[in-house]
Amino acid sequence: MVSDVTERLRGAEIFVRALADEGVEYVFGYPGGAVLHIYDEIFKQDKVKHILVRHEQGATHAADGYARATGKPGVVLVTSGPGATNCVTGIATAYMDSIPLVVFTGQVATALIGNDAFQEVDCIGITRPCVKHNFLVERVEDLAETVKKAFYVASTGRPGPVVVDIPKDVTAEVADYHYPESVDMRSYRPTVKGHPGQIKRAAQLILSARKPMIYTGGGVVLDNAAPQLTRFAHLLGYPVTNTLMGLGAFPGTDPQFVGMLGMHGTYEANMAMHHCDVLVAIGARFDDRVTGDLEKFCPEAKIVHIDIDPASISKNVPVDVPIVGSVSNVLDDLIEIIEASDHRPTDRASDPWWQQIVEWRKLDCLRYDRESDRIKPQAVIQSLYRATNGDAYVTSDVGQHQMWAAQFYPFDQPRRWINSGGLGTMGFGLPAAIGVQLAFPDAQVACVTGEASFVMCVQELSTALQYGLPIKIVSLNNRYMGMVRQWQEFFYDRRYSHSYMDALPDFVKMAEAFGHVGMRIEKPGDVDAAFAEAFALKDRLVLMDFITDQSENVYPMIAAGKGQHEMHLAPNDRELA
Amino acid sequence: MNERHTISILMENASGALSRVSGLFSARAYNIESLAVAPTEDPTVSRMTLVTNGSPEIVEQITKQLNKLVDVIKLVDLNEGPHIERELMLVKLRTANAEQRAEFKRLVDIFGGTIVDITEVSYTIELTGSRQRLDDFIEAAGVRHVMELARSGVLGLLKGSKALKA
Repeated sequence: MVSDVTERLRGAEIFVRALADEGVEYVFGYPGGAVLHIYDEIFKQDKVKHILVRHEQGATHAADGYARATGKPGVVLVTSGPGATNCVTGIATAYMDSIPLVVFTGQVATALIGNDAFQEVDCIGITRPCVKHNFLVERVEDLAETVKKAFYVASTGRPGPVVVDIPKDVTAEVADYHYPESVDMRSYRPTVKGHPGQIKRAAQLILSARKPMIYTGGGVVLDNAAPQLTRFAHLLGYPVTNTLMGLGAFPGTDPQFVGMLGMHGTYEANMAMHHCDVLVAIGARFDDRVTGDLEKFCPEAKIVHIDIDPASISKNVPVDVPIVGSVSNVLDDLIEIIEASDHRPTDRASDPWWQQIVEWRKLDCLRYDRESDRIKPQAVIQSLYRATNGDAYVTSDVGQHQMWAAQFYPFDQPRRWINSGGLGTMGFGLPAAIGVQLAFPDAQVACVTGEASFVMCVQELSTALQYGLPIKIVSLNNRYMGMVRQWQEFFYDRRYSHSYMDALPDFVKMAEAFGHVGMRIEKPGDVDAAFAEAFALKDRLVLMDFITDQSENVYPMIAAGKGQHEMHLAPNDRELA
Repeated sequence: MNERHTISILMENASGALSRVSGLFSARAYNIESLAVAPTEDPTVSRMTLVTNGSPEIVEQITKQLNKLVDVIKLVDLNEGPHIERELMLVKLRTANAEQRAEFKRLVDIFGGTIVDITEVSYTIELTGSRQRLDDFIEAAGVRHVMELARSGVLGLLKGSKALKA
């Protein structure tokens, strides 16, 4: 009765076979009652490698880091109840940044659902607002196809996390196994090809610009469209800015790059946004941290917006030429039109718009005190850049250190800069670095963090030891929740309410207790040598505790309610703003 | 500035589909005036008719966000063209005396309704029509006579031979 293509298998075996057939390399997980059948099957095979984390939040961030670095969906397996709820922060993190994640949660047996059974939560209900889609598998016969659908939905269109809730009895029952090659869902067919008429209109507008600006976001990274973006920008010769999520999609060291934009973007990027006459927005979503006050946003600009998600278009800012489609497809079409035109790349030396940008650049808005006798956090990032030849994978947590990493480590390639941009999840950096280092065992992986963020998922130091992951943790330790302190300094008359870190652990001893190497660096002159020493330890995780200047702030800054041109600059530059 | 829009949605007849729509409205602070849902002639497809109000920009976002839900197959904003809207009401009116019973009977005839249940002290009346027509009936009968009332929420279809199909 067993045919060539189908076999009778238990649900748990169907599940693990389906992951293998999907090509899943790593599953980040933590066992528990509702998933014991599945864990038993994982034990019996070696195709799908399971990475045991120390907290389910760590599993979601590690899978997320893996997905951001590779472009492949990250996979998580956890038990019901607290296993599922511990994943919610990680799922929401992936949702806000459109990261493909497939999270499998155990569930109590179907007969017990709704009975307040042990370790029961309504996982579908709890995760609904922060997933692209979720599925409850009610019958073992549906399991394999649901796994396929989950990967399909997570990784196509605008990507995002998908949760699959699997009751324990479904993993015990028997069904025919067949893993579909593809799935077709009548209710889910993302538009990938841009409308030719709209593309033509966009091209005319773009080519007629006198003060153009190219503003690109995470969508370019997600669609692997960095080569198209670079070609497009070079053909035009226009200035390019990236959002926090888009860094690396256009080379950070390219002369056409004017830096990141937004709340902590460069003076030249934000001024160019404010004064441009044509704005080409590509795979970016006009986030409030980018636009500042919407009333004052790009007052002179006609706006072209390319995005795969129609709901992102004209959501915050009305646009003149919307194009729904995949960024790479639409850029291919635009490149064809530009190549056929008589346009030559703008000459930066003679073009008045570029000359204006050069004037703005001269302000050197990222200037900081290089003579200080205390370690400046910016200098640490620049030293990291030199130590890694600008070629590392850099994950970060959330706060000042994140902004300094974004400002001072120019990324020339996409998928190298890995941070929680949308949700702003402290604790993301270390587990994300675990996912990245597993995906690229020979790459240099640095986690830029702060002493406050770092301890939020510090337990994952054990995971890193278990799998021998030589991550370099760069902790900018200013004994404050730096970004909170900065806002309190600026907007709350220096009332530093609960933003200081008292009773900090000895991070060197902490690293050692977890089986790693710890270093404390206290003098500016020791920074370069410390990186050389740390990166020479090729097979060890090194926690580098940099004791940095407590009073340093992130500049420039657009305060809440201000326009992009109303930046707060470092103190001695304020009169220039 | 705010406009009332009736949106007709074809969606997978899957468990949780309704909560995806209602959750979207609460999460994004959109208004729902009424919502009616039932399976169609194809039992795998449900049709939901949703009445909302908002500025044109908000209504555009609502239709985009609804379209983005993976369970939503197709939708149409009925206000984009000529369409028919109907609502069903069941209302129980207290009948104090024979004179009042005769008066309610006349009203039901005028409005084209049906008396579907009778007791010594009440009539239960079934009436369909536009939302306005049902409001008019209640006003004519007198709200003080209403014992209880249930309305279905608006259902709508496009006029003409065009059809929204899965």
